[in-house]
Amino acid sequence: MARQLPDTSIIDSSQPGSEAPAVLSAVRSPARRVGLRTGRWVPWMLVAPALLVYSVFVLRPLALTFQYSLYDWNGIGPSTWVGLDNYVRVFTDPDLVKTIAHAFELIVFFSAIPVLLGLAIASTIRQIAASRLAYVARTVLFLPQVIPLVAAGIAWSWMLSSTGVVNQLLSLIGLDGVTRAWLGEFSTALPAVGVIGAWVLLGLCTLLLLAGMSKIDPTLYEAARMDGAGPLREFWHITVPSLRQEIGVCVTVTVIAALAAFDIVYISTQGGPGNATMVPGLQIYYLAFTERQIGAASALAVVLMVLVLACVLPIQRLTREESS
Amino acid sequence: MIVTRREVLTGRALLLLLMAMTILPFISLFTTALHQSGTYPLGLDWPSNPQWGNFTRAFDVAHMDELLKSSVLIVAGVVPASLLIATMAGFAIGHLRMVGSRLVFLVFLLGLTLPFEGIITPLYFQVRQLGLLNTRWAIILPLIGLFMPFSVFWMRAHFVNMPQDLSDAARIDGANTRQLFWRIHVPLAMPALSSLAILLFLWTWNQFLLAIVLVDDPLKRTMAGALGAFQGQWGTDIPLLCAGSLLILTPTLIIFIIFQRRFVAALLQGSLKG
Repeated sequence: MARQLPDTSIIDSSQPGSEAPAVLSAVRSPARRVGLRTGRWVPWMLVAPALLVYSVFVLRPLALTFQYSLYDWNGIGPSTWVGLDNYVRVFTDPDLVKTIAHAFELIVFFSAIPVLLGLAIASTIRQIAASRLAYVARTVLFLPQVIPLVAAGIAWSWMLSSTGVVNQLLSLIGLDGVTRAWLGEFSTALPAVGVIGAWVLLGLCTLLLLAGMSKIDPTLYEAARMDGAGPLREFWHITVPSLRQEIGVCVTVTVIAALAAFDIVYISTQGGPGNATMVPGLQIYYLAFTERQIGAASALAVVLMVLVLACVLPIQRLTREESS
Repeated sequence: MIVTRREVLTGRALLLLLMAMTILPFISLFTTALHQSGTYPLGLDWPSNPQWGNFTRAFDVAHMDELLKSSVLIVAGVVPASLLIATMAGFAIGHLRMVGSRLVFLVFLLGLTLPFEGIITPLYFQVRQLGLLNTRWAIILPLIGLFMPFSVFWMRAHFVNMPQDLSDAARIDGANTRQLFWRIHVPLAMPALSSLAILLFLWTWNQFLLAIVLVDDPLKRTMAGALGAFQGQWGTDIPLLCAGSLLILTPTLIIFIIFQRRFVAALLQGSLKG
């Protein structure tokens, strides 16, 4: 785009504050012709390696997932064409439908809690964001992002076990009655897995939102205080609207983490007890590599990918449009 | 800014509480790791007789030295290659902007939100066909491909903001595209490159799904994959499992603490852009 507009660029450089020396701008148009003389194939040569690895290890498997999803195949013998049967199964087999429902339930823990709690925390600690304590906190709160999810899963499985820290704390405040093996019971297993996800993502959301808040003009808050607004009104009328983009980012990242959850569930419950914590990612793994139902696994994989896009694209649209 | 004293105090208290919650699992791992191997202690309980030997034993049974070597080899295979390939592509798409560059960029965007589970099944059969199953290449090559959308996206975002004037000036001085790329643009891209390197390092080191599906031998996996196998094997011996988990975490923690500023900046930018 820039290269077909020699006159605009001269206008640009004639403006005060432009960094290009006058000598350069005077000879710029011939320079563009020099630039154009470079072979057309050069950029394509530069893109080629990236396109190659991407095609071989992402696009081809992606196409194959669609293809496999239309067949009944055990991975070894001959495959038979079954049309959309695998998809029908994904949406009618109660076990598989429940898997998808679990993924949405996890969104509450992976997205809603970290984003809402993160907003509340970030706006409370906003005033001390420049302090020494906040500086140390920045490092500490990032720990869950740095360690493998597998490690978070192991640590939390232990925390949530019958003799774990969670039950110890509950007994300490007199709630002996509710202590249990949180990951082992049907009713509490999925929320317990959700708590692990919330722990992993809360720090990231808080810090992202805090970084966004530091960009808000402080005079806005001054003005609000002058007008007698309390912290709650400040929060709803200044903080939240100004953070639209950051909130969008947090929601996007956490929703993907919830829908595509694998590591944490694999380590902490393996989908159990029964099927109480089975999520699409794990179900795909079991279907493909233990039950050898490649077709069903692939259909579920396609549904998962479509679900992710269906959730992420509207969020992106919403936050991008509003912010521009 | 008008700040009341009460607000500062609540902020402090909340921040301390949040930090305590974040660290609690690590402390629990640590105290449990010091208990007698094979026992089933309380989650948070300092042992009367700390068993520091659990760490050396975990080091031996987990083959930590080999695990480190394996993870380093995988990172060495993934990160430099990804950086080079993505920088070249980002430069072409973001700066040279040839005809069709928008389309190419769109194709890469397609893969940006892709969950790895979505393509893991065909990837397994493909890697098997290539005869790479159970080798480190089975993790390295697919990861380079899977990281490509984000890496290209990242580097393009950098090159889009580089002024065309800069390249024009270099061209007048007689630089060809190769010189323009290596002498001018790569040095200027160093901040973007180093952040990307940190992110790719973390994502490779912590990669789990590819490791457990494509490589059976834990000693040829990434750290995260090896940790999964360690849990499978020693899951019933809680103190040893805790000691092993802490050991496997240590290298990442050390690197994080050394480069913490860059890490935090990279992770914040990374999620903002992604």
